[in-house]
Amino acid sequence: MKIHVRGGRLVDPQHRIDGVRDLFVAEGRVAGAGVAPAGFRADHVIDATGLVVAPGLVDLAARLREPGLEYKATLDSELYAAVAGGVTSLACPPDTDPPLDEPGLVEMLKRRALSRNLAHVHPVGALTAKLEGARLAEMATLRDAGCVAFSQADAPIADTAVLWRALQYAATLGLPVWLRPQDPMLARDGVAHDGEVATRLGLPGIPAFAETIAVGTILELVRATGTRVHLCRLSTAAAAAMVRAAKADGLPVTCDVGAHHVHLSEVDLAAYDSHCNLVPPLRSLRDRDALRAGLADGTIDAICSDHTPVDEDAKQMPFGESAPGATGLELLLPLTLKWAAEHKLALADALARVTCEPARILGIEAGHLGAGAPADVCIFDPGAYVKVTPAMLKSQGKNTPFLGYELPGRVRCTLVAGTVRYEAGA
Amino acid sequence: MARNLQLNEKGELQHLLTIEGLPREIIVRILDTAASFVGVTEREVKKVPLLRGKSVFNLFFEASTRTRTTFEIAAKRLSADVINLNISTSSQSKGETLLDTIDNLAAMHADMFVVRHAASGAAHLIARHVAPHHHVINAGDGRHAHPTQGLLDAYTIRHYKQDFTRLSVAVVGDILHSRVARSLIHALTTLGTPDVRAIGPQTLLPTGVESLGVRVFHDMREGLRDVDVIVMLRLQNERMKGPLLPSAQEFFKCYGLTAEKLAVAKPDAIVMHPGPMNRGVEIDSMVADGRQAVILPQVTFGIAVRMAVMSLLGGGAA
Repeated sequence: MKIHVRGGRLVDPQHRIDGVRDLFVAEGRVAGAGVAPAGFRADHVIDATGLVVAPGLVDLAARLREPGLEYKATLDSELYAAVAGGVTSLACPPDTDPPLDEPGLVEMLKRRALSRNLAHVHPVGALTAKLEGARLAEMATLRDAGCVAFSQADAPIADTAVLWRALQYAATLGLPVWLRPQDPMLARDGVAHDGEVATRLGLPGIPAFAETIAVGTILELVRATGTRVHLCRLSTAAAAAMVRAAKADGLPVTCDVGAHHVHLSEVDLAAYDSHCNLVPPLRSLRDRDALRAGLADGTIDAICSDHTPVDEDAKQMPFGESAPGATGLELLLPLTLKWAAEHKLALADALARVTCEPARILGIEAGHLGAGAPADVCIFDPGAYVKVTPAMLKSQGKNTPFLGYELPGRVRCTLVAGTVRYEAGA
Repeated sequence: MARNLQLNEKGELQHLLTIEGLPREIIVRILDTAASFVGVTEREVKKVPLLRGKSVFNLFFEASTRTRTTFEIAAKRLSADVINLNISTSSQSKGETLLDTIDNLAAMHADMFVVRHAASGAAHLIARHVAPHHHVINAGDGRHAHPTQGLLDAYTIRHYKQDFTRLSVAVVGDILHSRVARSLIHALTTLGTPDVRAIGPQTLLPTGVESLGVRVFHDMREGLRDVDVIVMLRLQNERMKGPLLPSAQEFFKCYGLTAEKLAVAKPDAIVMHPGPMNRGVEIDSMVADGRQAVILPQVTFGIAVRMAVMSLLGGGAA
């Protein structure tokens, strides 16, 4: 199958390309850009006039809810939501039921995902058995089964000695560890940022230093062990500053932020909007602004969707009792574009945070459109605004604080490995 | 959600969920209406027909004696039918969700729900869910709000001190966990009280409490100096020993109201407590039973204030 994407504005952050250029795809890979390779005869032409042609998005955190939590979402619904959102590669955290701590589970997930022929799925394995934070998982075996990194998802490791040993062991095997920094004791019982809004609403708080204390611990362990660590979903200004300093020191750390935290703050809790019950909690406006600045200056490497489909009943509860999380795969591109517009960033610089940068963190061949790269492509209309409604969301999770918002960027067509896997209106 | 959930399109009270954001005129109207009911409660026939034919459901998902009883008395004095449901021991333990419970009771033609729940925001959730002809009164949600208590406290203060705009009021003790404190602080600031003080150890004050419009004092004698009103808060048993406080004795030593500490307040200062009191923990018996205490009048006024809220919500012209 040969595809000619004609007349679009090709934006490829990794190769610093932004201009009207045709894209040529053959045998699942990028065959060239600009002029057609010799003898190229397209089987299919996509007219991308007026549209942006970008690498498919790479999402570092999307919960697919399989195995075990199919009542919340399934691979069918969520992988279709992914391509509808222009996401062609995603990493799924190990907090399934049971957690991804056995090779058989990982292989089954990969096989089932592959059979759907939609987005590429990269499982993140459990760092400790059952995510209990006590016994190491079989990381080498899990790596061979297809895990790209190891994490605790949102489960804590209360014992710092276990964390130290886990990082040492991962470093031995050269495996990256992804950690969401949060001191479990300081966060215990908390459901909102410990600040003025939580005080007013009477919600138990999670102080900002629950994050920075954990970041401090992790950075010291990175210094000691040399483990490659990716910090997931930073939420505070202080943590971003710590990572900035650690990078300047040459520590092998990267980090990301959830798309919601780029836009929202504690203020959005309003009168207990349970869609704003997120992990980590939405913090102050000052924190949000620091995260945006950290993204712009490269301290924060990537934006992830932190896609967490939750059934509606679990949100129809008092704030603190509601299930945390928000659907996000289909909002990752619009929320990135909204941030870029508000920050007056070049489109390529903004898209880097959801394409080549997360691909680099994942260590996969994706997120760019250089010759020979897998032809994972997202074609979108940057000027079209889409109103977020439950009906427009393909994900089984309709839970998002952005319901009712008009967001920029409509995905028109998504190619995965050179095949059209989504077309708007189809 | 931008709209104030508590008010209807005409700006009238639709639900009473919190005092925060309630217009001053509505608070004053409630207090004035309550004043007219204080007489009713002292009459031979203690009933008025304002809520005749209406059903008030007392939904207590959390144990309470005083608040539930005063709501029940208030509703009965307005001639309403009162149904008491102690839900912590019934359907919720069978797995029914909060909103399913509400739907079932709404189908029984409830007009008004009086709700107490351990989760902050529970009353908001219910108010957003019910049909427009139902009214929700928050009788305490988590640490968030207990608006009728705040109103009865304001009523009591007005009864003894008249003008809020010249008062110094001190709220003492466990403000972190107290919905009573939050509601009273909002009532006082809305009514123009220039000096509201929060007194307690850092462990019992919520982060950023100053943003509610209070001045913080950690030294009780300093905080009580020349105040007109002292509101003591209840300290829950389970919080007396642990990471927040070393012991009830030490708490009493630092923050218990004794005659000696009371002496630094104005000579005519009144002493309030939402009850139930822990004598010898937050308040000395000599003070609790002393001439400056108005703790029992608070309970009596509570009935009139709850009658006022229910009659305004129930559509009766008061």
